[in-house]
Amino acid sequence: MNKSSSITTGGTFRFGLLLLAMPLLLWLFLLVILPHVDLFLVSMRERISYGKYEFSLINYIEFFAEPLYWNTYVRTAVMSIFATALTLIIGFPVSYYIAKVMRGKGKNVLFLMCLIPFWVSELVRTFGWMILLRESGVISNFLQWAGLADGPVEMLYNDAAIMVGLVYTSMLFMVVPLVSVLDSLDDSLIEAGYDLGGNAFTVTRDIVIPHAMPGIASGCIVVFMLTLGNYLTPNLLGGKDSLWFTEQIYTQFITRFNWESGSAFGFLLLILSSVIAWVGLKLSKQTLSETVG
Amino acid sequence: MIPSIPQPKFYKGLYSTYIALFFVYLSAPLIVVGVFAFNDSLFPSMPWEGGTLAWFFGNEDPYIGIFNDTKLLESVGVSAFVAFWVTVLSVTVGTCNAFLFERSKFPGKNLLYIVSLSPLVIPGVILGISILVFSNAIANGIEEAIGWDLEFLRPGLFLVIIGQFAFVTTITTLVISARLRKFDVSLEEAALNLGATRRAALWTITIPFLKPALIGAGIVAFLMSFENFNTTLMLVGSDAPLTIAMFDRLKQGSTPVLNALSLLLMVVSGGLALLSVFVQRDSKN
Repeated sequence: MNKSSSITTGGTFRFGLLLLAMPLLLWLFLLVILPHVDLFLVSMRERISYGKYEFSLINYIEFFAEPLYWNTYVRTAVMSIFATALTLIIGFPVSYYIAKVMRGKGKNVLFLMCLIPFWVSELVRTFGWMILLRESGVISNFLQWAGLADGPVEMLYNDAAIMVGLVYTSMLFMVVPLVSVLDSLDDSLIEAGYDLGGNAFTVTRDIVIPHAMPGIASGCIVVFMLTLGNYLTPNLLGGKDSLWFTEQIYTQFITRFNWESGSAFGFLLLILSSVIAWVGLKLSKQTLSETVG
Repeated sequence: MIPSIPQPKFYKGLYSTYIALFFVYLSAPLIVVGVFAFNDSLFPSMPWEGGTLAWFFGNEDPYIGIFNDTKLLESVGVSAFVAFWVTVLSVTVGTCNAFLFERSKFPGKNLLYIVSLSPLVIPGVILGISILVFSNAIANGIEEAIGWDLEFLRPGLFLVIIGQFAFVTTITTLVISARLRKFDVSLEEAALNLGATRRAALWTITIPFLKPALIGAGIVAFLMSFENFNTTLMLVGSDAPLTIAMFDRLKQGSTPVLNALSLLLMVVSGGLALLSVFVQRDSKN
């Protein structure tokens, strides 16, 4: 970031720099900044007649006036927070095992095994869960075979199925930062904790978790944002009643062709995700570049 | 807790069991998808009706195998086309960005760096709709002003490529920057001292050093584009890339031809993933 320039010197400096910055500026302005400004402007207008628009807050008022919309909004946020917590609770012992218990080659192999499922498309992974959970699926048949159920059990199309899929899809983004932060914890600190009379619980609480805090924060933030913006998993595993906010955006845009209200919804989701990410960063005293970089 | 501290056998066993269960959880959906590609039944579900290769090579309705399913094969082609252009564009721009962020100084650099990270935290659906709204506004503006209807600014493959490029570029920038940061600038200076032109020094010293990162970033970009769903969903026109085509089939309920396709995808993307890990690992030694 802060190396001095050795190649670009003298009179060509300014022009060369501008040339080098051109792709970046075009990319950021045309594809990121201006589209979001436009999205905001569209969300603040009302369609009067064909091709005629007027400034209005109607789209936002509609959102708060219609319980279905903001219920979905709150439900998506709460479910995302729950999924994030669950991912952390399941992923933490696994990360600790990879970072601290395993040694040598086995450690790398185990870490790689954690990563490989996530190179496979999310669609394929969700398809796998559908085959496992559906009425005629593997788990239902297994339960009948084992005598634990009398007839076929439908485990798809409910909130638990959505949760299983979301936690599965997010696991990588929790395990990677946790393993890297736990790797940097010196074993002798844990030994010292035991020498001073600690047990597994107090050592975890007073030494391991405080040390892992930056990893926990960045894992949680990334998982939360990905869950919030997910469309595929709630839609396929939750069925018609999944009520995820991204589905509302899709409905407004593609099905009802109401771009004004769809833009307002999109903006509200963006605000929710930014606010929670910002609060998370503040609480853990981290910066965005450290977290995703 | 750690190997140097003795623990009761019971706890150790419990911990190992948990880890084993975790890996069962990780692998179960993928194994199931693969196994049911060989099930001789019209639906990817129980019971097991015996093995068949019909979902790969079958040519008799309804047993149409993946190699004879023209619609799905076409969508694979569409996805490959999109992924190719996203890879070329995002690696090129990512390389420029890496040089800009690692090698030059200018006011506002930090702010620009943060903005260029932002596509990673914007939900894909929102990135999609914002580009859809903006390109539509441009298209309408041009049509009103000079009467040209620019078809490529309406939902379609061009917008899909642009939309995926918008966030994949952040990732290629990060990967290539990380490698460029480790480069010893004195190597380049030595080349210049020995009489190389700037261009020659760049092409014979710096770019070869960056090669592992360029290949790694290319593989990641290709896979991310090939597997993208959220952004694509909002920008897609009449030509459906693979993820969209598979999604539609899944919603309707499909024959195990989707399992066969998924198995092939898993093999290819798993192979590419391992390749990128090894390319990047070699470069560290």
